[in-house]
Amino acid sequence: MKSDPARQELTHEEALELYYYMRLNRSLDELLVRLFRQNKIVGGLYGSLGQEATSVGTAYALAKGDWIAPLIRNVGSLLVHGYKPRDIMTQYMARVTSPTQGKDGTCHFGDLKTHHVVSPISMLGDLIPVMAGVAMAGRYLGQKIVAMTWIGDGGTSTGAFHEGMNFAAVQRAPLVVVLENNQWAYSTPVNRQAPLRDFADRARAYGIASYTVDGNDLVAVLRIAREGVERARQGHGPVLIEAKNMRMLGHAQHDPAEYVPREMFDYWKARDPLTRYEKYLDRHKLWDEKEKAAIHARIESELAADLEFAENSPFPPAELAEQGVYCNGCHNIEAQWRRAKEELMPPKSAVTPEWTIKDFGGMETKPAVAADRSEQQHSVIEGAVVHPPQTDRKRKITAPGSRRARR
Amino acid sequence: MVQVTYLDAIRQALLEEMDRDPAVLLLGEDIGVYGGAFKATAGLLERFGWERVIDTPISETAIVGAAIGMSYLGLRPVAEMQFIDFIACAFNQITNFVAKSHYRWGAPVPIVIRGPAGGGVHGSAFHSANPEMYFVHTPGLKVVYPATAYDAKGLLKSAIRDNNPVLFFEHKFLYRRIKEELPEDDYTVPIGQAIVRRPGRDLSIVTYAAMVHASLEAAEQLAREGIEAEVVDLRTLLPLDRQTVIESVRRTSKLLVVHEDTRTGGIAGEIAALVTESAFEDLDGPIRRVTSLDTPVPFSPPLEEHFLPNAARIAEAARDLARY
Repeated sequence: MKSDPARQELTHEEALELYYYMRLNRSLDELLVRLFRQNKIVGGLYGSLGQEATSVGTAYALAKGDWIAPLIRNVGSLLVHGYKPRDIMTQYMARVTSPTQGKDGTCHFGDLKTHHVVSPISMLGDLIPVMAGVAMAGRYLGQKIVAMTWIGDGGTSTGAFHEGMNFAAVQRAPLVVVLENNQWAYSTPVNRQAPLRDFADRARAYGIASYTVDGNDLVAVLRIAREGVERARQGHGPVLIEAKNMRMLGHAQHDPAEYVPREMFDYWKARDPLTRYEKYLDRHKLWDEKEKAAIHARIESELAADLEFAENSPFPPAELAEQGVYCNGCHNIEAQWRRAKEELMPPKSAVTPEWTIKDFGGMETKPAVAADRSEQQHSVIEGAVVHPPQTDRKRKITAPGSRRARR
Repeated sequence: MVQVTYLDAIRQALLEEMDRDPAVLLLGEDIGVYGGAFKATAGLLERFGWERVIDTPISETAIVGAAIGMSYLGLRPVAEMQFIDFIACAFNQITNFVAKSHYRWGAPVPIVIRGPAGGGVHGSAFHSANPEMYFVHTPGLKVVYPATAYDAKGLLKSAIRDNNPVLFFEHKFLYRRIKEELPEDDYTVPIGQAIVRRPGRDLSIVTYAAMVHASLEAAEQLAREGIEAEVVDLRTLLPLDRQTVIESVRRTSKLLVVHEDTRTGGIAGEIAALVTESAFEDLDGPIRRVTSLDTPVPFSPPLEEHFLPNAARIAEAARDLARY
């Protein structure tokens, strides 16, 4: 048993905890669909069916103190990061007990102080530069944090995605971007977003490392996410992880997704991430029936209690609509310094303001015509294709005296 | 004491705030080694280093976005738009991410976005605009537009210390044209307070930024003709100091609003509505406005001069109004 690599990769506790989050994500989703059909949800319901392994596996790779900015389908990431089902239920039910007190719905919520979660907005791509800033601020303050955010295949078509990735790359910010390729952006298929087989190829344009992983293989997702997070934390710059999976429902509950070929749903249903993980646990004898039943019972009772809480929660009072536009002495976010502030103050901070460009940007040391780089070698590690970072270090622009350059 | 230009007042405010608080840092295009297109950040890289004066790619969305993220960890970033016209590139980040953050989920965004605005320097359609009203229409933002060196320094310090996002418009025509002695001590000017620049009994001219100077010039001419105009400098456009405006109109019973921004949807319309709601009984004449034309800012000097308001046009409108 001890030689089983799976048992070395995941501890028994981790294996069971991961299952708890996977099953909780799925069960919560199913519950929300029931609530939608009972007309208890206000507005749309955006499902995460089929995408649980990507949400859970990536967020699970983070350490305490790291920051996340999930999209609305990343329910699993929110659960792993410490939010409770009741938070998501009350958001969808627009109750005053929700994290936003009914000011916003769906998974549009966050918390700066304890959870370190940045709320998404509906305009996709905008989280990338914001999380680049979170990552840069963490480094500036001397914290060893990593910032992680998610983006869909469609979201990578935005200008904000490009600006954010590029800025994070030149800053070598400790940012992990999970590119969740779920094949569909509303009704638009992935091949109408960009003519790429692997969206991770976008990383080459930023000179950063990237990975493509089977997003329905929880263990592979976790393995790659851990590597990416570690890479970012060590100061090697941002990482792009493409996780391929499938949005198994319409864009939202109103959308029957008739534009998706039946066979495509069948293909992915046969690769259901929850079923696959259950089989993995069976195969490697990482659990027994008793433990499985205990997790199911725990989830059932937690969801029942949270549902009761949500249904008994009142709607917000109307006058709340007028409050909170401005932060007038409401609260301060104090910077948590983990380095000596003196490093950032004169005279220690003083530098010579001068740019240097290695080789003056010329081509003397290179062939006159750059080789076609479209057929790069991809190294393969278990469960994933790894694209090497394309940074040409010789051409890197460095600023003398820059701490960043020396890092 | 030395005379300090409007531009150097801004530079002093940045330097002093960075000296005071290591959480204050700068982001922008060409602000470090080069010191900024107008040299508003000259010498700051030498003093504070690469981590605090960050030269960015040409990415206004990323500049504002990164500033947001930094503020969530307790930093106080000041983002420069090389020309305020380019703020349009970051419109979504500002109006949807920044402005709604505190209301939606209680996350304050204490950032400053500053940059040179305004015409009169033959900068044409993309280096001369006054886009402030896009943002005055956005709850959650504060919009500041100083007219003097004293206010530029004091308001920028207030903006950096404010827990809310502040858009700080600097009038580039004023950068090197006006100067005054500034106090040695650390002073601030509160956001949201207008000021009466010149008292008068016959009519109120409510204005801001470069037009404060044109309005004061007009008021001097009018005084020689026996018309005493009161000039109110708004200083902050959002939140608007309604009380100072209404009190002035109650004193003079006549209101002329002057702005360099284009006419339709300019703040004159909002102020006219405010005064008719709150001081209709005090009015002795129609509310008048002198503004730029409803066109893009044209390039050639005769065209731009025709486009912009000036002291003569302000005086003409004031005379007409004073006759009521």
